[in-house]
Amino acid sequence: MKIYDGRKIIPGILIAAVIFSFPFWLNFGKAAVPPKPKLPKEVKNCVEPTPFMRTSHMELLNKWRNLVVRENFRIFAAPDGKDYAMSLQNGCLKCHASKAEFCDQCHKYLDVKPYCWDCHLAPKENK
Amino acid sequence: MEKSRRDFLKIGGISALGLTALPAFKVLAGKKQPVYKLSDKALKGKRWAMVVDMKKCWEKQEKGVCKDCFVACHSIHNVPQIDNPKREIKWIWTEPYENAFPNLEYEYTAEVLKDKPFIVLCNHCSKPPCVRVCPTQATFQRKDGIVMMDFHRCIGCRYCMAACPYGSRSFNWGDPRPYIKKENMAFPTRTKGVVEKCNFCAERLAVGLKPACVEACKAKALVFGDLGDPNSEVSKLLKSNYTIRRKNDLGTHPNIYYII
Repeated sequence: MKIYDGRKIIPGILIAAVIFSFPFWLNFGKAAVPPKPKLPKEVKNCVEPTPFMRTSHMELLNKWRNLVVRENFRIFAAPDGKDYAMSLQNGCLKCHASKAEFCDQCHKYLDVKPYCWDCHLAPKENK
Repeated sequence: MEKSRRDFLKIGGISALGLTALPAFKVLAGKKQPVYKLSDKALKGKRWAMVVDMKKCWEKQEKGVCKDCFVACHSIHNVPQIDNPKREIKWIWTEPYENAFPNLEYEYTAEVLKDKPFIVLCNHCSKPPCVRVCPTQATFQRKDGIVMMDFHRCIGCRYCMAACPYGSRSFNWGDPRPYIKKENMAFPTRTKGVVEKCNFCAERLAVGLKPACVEACKAKALVFGDLGDPNSEVSKLLKSNYTIRRKNDLGTHPNIYYII
């Protein structure tokens, strides 16, 4: 079998393969740093159990924002008897005081960009 | 095994009843469910309204320019101060008599009213045209009459702005944050592409506070209360004073009343 212009095509394919797999070789053998969200020290439990919060906090936030804005329910009375303000800025962020050390940890790792912060003000942190 | 139709129906009926046992048990077992509620301190009303005594306001204005109500509202709600009139955002501001009440203005308008500034804000109409036109129900009317915006749902189509006969709504043509001098960390800002307006301080009512403008007015020109309660201050003021509403003839039933 003869490949016309084989001298150009085969090195071309090789170069393309190297460029294409470059990111793979660059990070080869290095494990990505797992996210380490910093949990508040003083408080032991969130409004719901941790596994639920870890997987479904976005659903909870969506549900709460409808309850607050549209139904005017503003306090969550948890089964453990505690009352929580159903508010991102005046609730969640009172314990999770750092966006960079808490929210951003996993969101950056997973490359999700929630638009909460387009309107809601993130705590001012020393950067 | 032979079964009569009668037996079959009996067993079927009992089985169907059995299916309801688990949900019924769950309810009766009374496992403590989380509860969503409103603070006991929250102000509750059937129809919120405001009476603006412009005489008191003007008296104060004669002693010097007073912008207490605007400043209080705009700083609490992170309203950006944009000087370009085509892009400005306002929740509460002043309009000269002729513009605020164009249908009451004529050649021989009394001198006391001519060109006088009137405090204007969202009228929280009982029949709000903005709510009717909003395609996403981002603007809606609460049971207590407040015409509220759910900024999460606003898609920025500006139908509500076209519908509102009072110009109470402003559109964010760009990111408002650079124009906010001092951010109030307890309240969100808005973002590019959403409409905003006065919310009658829904977030303050929920914790038992009166609207910020009412609280800030030293002349006590702004009175807030419930028209559903005949003994409230606003109801009494409306009974004992001649009041006007903006563009009353449009049938939007505004809930901001003016004593002139």
